[in-house]
Amino acid sequence: MSQSKPIVNPILEARSVDAYFGAFHAVKNVTLSVRPNTVTAMIGPSGCGKSTFLRTLNRMHEEIPGATMKGQVLLAGEDIYARGIDPVQVRRRIGMVFQKPNPFPSLSIYENVVVGLTLAGVKNRSVLDEVVERSLKHAALWNEVKDKLKQPGTSLSGGQQQRLCIARALSVEPPVLLMDEPTSALDPISTAKIEELLVELKKDVTVVVVTHNMQQAARVSDRTAFFLLGEVIEYEESSTLFSVPKDKRTEAYITGRFG
Amino acid sequence: MDRSIDAGLAKLKDKLLLMGGYVEKAVEESTQALIEGQPTRFDLVHEMEHKINQLHKEVDEDCLKLLATQSPLAVDLRLILAVVKINTDLERMGDQAVNIAYNGQEYLKQPPLKPLIDIPRMAEEARSMTREALDAFVRKDVVLAHAVVKRDDALDAMKNQIFRELLTYMMADPKKIEQALCLILIARNLERVGDHATNIAEDVVFVVSGQDIRHGGSS
Repeated sequence: MSQSKPIVNPILEARSVDAYFGAFHAVKNVTLSVRPNTVTAMIGPSGCGKSTFLRTLNRMHEEIPGATMKGQVLLAGEDIYARGIDPVQVRRRIGMVFQKPNPFPSLSIYENVVVGLTLAGVKNRSVLDEVVERSLKHAALWNEVKDKLKQPGTSLSGGQQQRLCIARALSVEPPVLLMDEPTSALDPISTAKIEELLVELKKDVTVVVVTHNMQQAARVSDRTAFFLLGEVIEYEESSTLFSVPKDKRTEAYITGRFG
Repeated sequence: MDRSIDAGLAKLKDKLLLMGGYVEKAVEESTQALIEGQPTRFDLVHEMEHKINQLHKEVDEDCLKLLATQSPLAVDLRLILAVVKINTDLERMGDQAVNIAYNGQEYLKQPPLKPLIDIPRMAEEARSMTREALDAFVRKDVVLAHAVVKRDDALDAMKNQIFRELLTYMMADPKKIEQALCLILIARNLERVGDHATNIAEDVVFVVSGQDIRHGGSS
């Protein structure tokens, strides 16, 4: 793999990660570090293993029947796969936002944001109010919904629903947020809002985003990893990767010669 | 399978080659008119420059459209960026040919100052550098591009040699200053043509390898 200077004090570090679906080897020996307070993009053709790799980063992969993994993933130096570590606790610290906005249909906007806390038993209204306001502001949605917090989350537009999901993920203050093609179901205006939001978010959260949109990766990310057939081919500063990629396969993919 | 950007990139290359051909012709005509004492041939230089200027605008417009519609990345992005710069270099070379024609016309108003030996050599060298820089561009030939860059020193040395020689003429007879200055300016114009050819060669290295070799750097 082609990679520039090593990253010191990474917040997230994958060491020789392999992921399987039954016998299918989806992610092959991926070692990759993520600097804190950055946006890292993962690109590659469909089926290259980028989303699977993302799911190994917060133990979502093992939820799929028949799925297994090998290797280590360290969050701030601590192995999230170590014996005795509760996957639910891991996912509170490494949040996730999916391709299609998925607010809980029976819950209001307010309830959607704090569902993580209420499920954990938090009942104090003023605490919840504060979290709702902070999270929605953080997700750049507060001004649009502050007067209709009791309406169902699904009453919002697609772009707003996605920001609601981001607010929900942020409510438990995770140091890392994973996003799997967060804008692929959204119109260009909503996409632009999410992209602006990503750049804002990284002041407080480290973001790892899988995207099919190379211009998006080039616009919002600090570093980009190019995946192909389960391997990381090149992991570089995005400005370098998209202008002067080192590997011929990266060059071919980002100039649209395959994929 | 061709990508939608490929046709646009091919068109850009064709237009640059056409411009390069006009530049070569303009430099050749401007210096041959001087060498052979035929001021009427300078007209052709102006004709060439007009065509170069037309293409200059067209190529810039084509690049703008490709950037806007194709969002090029990596080698495509480097290529379009280089085309924008090469386009400007070629246009300036056309201007230099016009300057040579202007200075040549002034020079030919009086009987020849001296037999012209170094200026034809410089003209041939500048033309050849231009041709090879564009060949390197089309063939993505980094070795040839580096060779063009190296030749610039020889051209500069020829210019300095012409300066020194003409200084002696001027010191010996102040009446010859005006004509000697014309030749000095022409040598300077040809040297500039070589500089632009060097710029093109440097851009070729950037397109092909992503390496910036300008100003002696290797970042």
